[in-house]
Amino acid sequence: MRKLLTLRQQEERDGFWMLLPAIGVFGVISVLPILFTLVLSFTDTPLSNPTPQNFVGLKNFLAFINSKDFWASIWRTFYFTSVSVGLELILGLGIALLIHSKPFGWQFLRASLIIPWAVPTIVNGAIWRWIYNADYGALNGLLYSLGIIEKYQAWLTKPFLAMNLVIVADVWHSVPFIALILQAALATIPREIEEASMIDGASVWQRFVHIRLQLLRPAILVALVVRTVEAFRVFDIIYVITQGGPAFGTVTISYLTYLESFTYGHLGSGSALSFLISAITLMLALIYIRILYRPEVQK
Amino acid sequence: MKRLTRFIKNSWLVVFMVPVLLFIYAPITWLITSSISTRAQLLAMPPRFFPENPTLKNYMDILVPGTAVSEVARTFKITLGNSLLVALVTTVICLIIASLAAYALARLRLRYKNNFIMGILSIRMIPEISLVIPLFIAAARFGWLDKPLVLIVTYLSFALPFAIWMLTTFFETIPIEMEDAALIDGSSRLNTLFKVILPLASPGIVSTALFIFLLAWDEFFFALIFTSTTASKTVPVAIAEFTGRYAVDITAMMTGGVLAALPPVILALLFQRYIVSGLSAGAVKG
Repeated sequence: MRKLLTLRQQEERDGFWMLLPAIGVFGVISVLPILFTLVLSFTDTPLSNPTPQNFVGLKNFLAFINSKDFWASIWRTFYFTSVSVGLELILGLGIALLIHSKPFGWQFLRASLIIPWAVPTIVNGAIWRWIYNADYGALNGLLYSLGIIEKYQAWLTKPFLAMNLVIVADVWHSVPFIALILQAALATIPREIEEASMIDGASVWQRFVHIRLQLLRPAILVALVVRTVEAFRVFDIIYVITQGGPAFGTVTISYLTYLESFTYGHLGSGSALSFLISAITLMLALIYIRILYRPEVQK
Repeated sequence: MKRLTRFIKNSWLVVFMVPVLLFIYAPITWLITSSISTRAQLLAMPPRFFPENPTLKNYMDILVPGTAVSEVARTFKITLGNSLLVALVTTVICLIIASLAAYALARLRLRYKNNFIMGILSIRMIPEISLVIPLFIAAARFGWLDKPLVLIVTYLSFALPFAIWMLTTFFETIPIEMEDAALIDGSSRLNTLFKVILPLASPGIVSTALFIFLLAWDEFFFALIFTSTTASKTVPVAIAEFTGRYAVDITAMMTGGVLAALPPVILALLFQRYIVSGLSAGAVKG
């Protein structure tokens, strides 16, 4: 005779079976690969013969610590991340507040925001690459017609400028995400709180800093972390706009990993790099979890 | 009356509206203009922002067989099909696995639930680049390279945690009484999930499906590494190739760009409401 299970045991059993497919998928395509990446990072495995071989210990990691290219790419990644996320947050907050005050055409603006957000990243890159084109691009055309520049400029030939232009393209694509999230969060602030503060004589600025910004804090933090993690691994848009150039000026840590693994064919050091990216990202993820996962959610 | 006064009071905000709208639409206009110009018109100096004689020739080149000049343009349609196949199948598989997991996480009392949720969040954070080398080696071993299958399987690595997270949030908002009634009447868990929860959560499911579809449609890195021919190449890879080895074919690239952007943009505009609620649920929990 089958043993009768308590309700609690039944829940445990059903839950196990319902989670099993997800656990299986994660095990095979996420957990095992990341462990394998760690193993590879201690080897000197070539792309031409991709079986883990030639154990070299920590050599790959040490090589990066002493490599100027590595530190330059780390610096570029932090620059890209902080400037683009910073700009996106400021502009996103501004646009969210703008929509929230419901000026003429605010519904049109909100719908319009969806378009850059939905345009695929690669298409976004392709558009901006063409805008920045040295001979026929729209940026040259516009600035020339307005008399701001006297002759056409080759925008993407200066490393630092190229990095900033990639940031502009990223901002165009990602501001809508932050604006839409913050706008949705603003809409949930009870009108009474703001009205009460107005009656108490709070100025517009005080209302912004002490009420809106405070109540928006969870949404801002989440938007920040999601975007930071995403920006930190930036690859697609750089691949299309500059291919890492000029003179490695836009090679971020992800791009360096790609070059190392698939262009130079060093799977070992590529793995070491990609493991470092994961480690940094997971540190950011821990922040994310702390912010998002509030224990009161559990029932 | 109140609306009118607010309207007048806020009219100065146009000062901000105009630049924001310009920033949004200028690149889009340039994209569309480029796709309906001839190459000669595009190379005018300074460029015209609205073409004199708009033409659909670039679209014909891509969409009507036999008229295309370059190989990438000729095969672009096939890559559109690949993208559609991969994105749709990924979405369906994801929804099935994720709704089971999300139900367990939203409703059942489980011992390791918190660890599991933490795990999902961590997995969601792993960049593709950290998985790609082992997945590449495994795919090469199994002979899966350059098949749509390898994309569908690997796309689950970022789509599934995302879907579970989002659906759990949506399931938690459904009143538990409905389901208790069904369970007491002797309905099994699976039955309850399909007959009670899923219909009630349909807005959430639509949101999740949209996001997964857009994620898969947008994906570039795995597709770049795992595909090499039209057997599995997706649209983003094809667009990137318009610049690569061949001389930049700008009209084809922009036309391809419009075609690649249309499905996600139309979907997102049609289901605007779901996108906004999904953004809040997927990212901002609670």
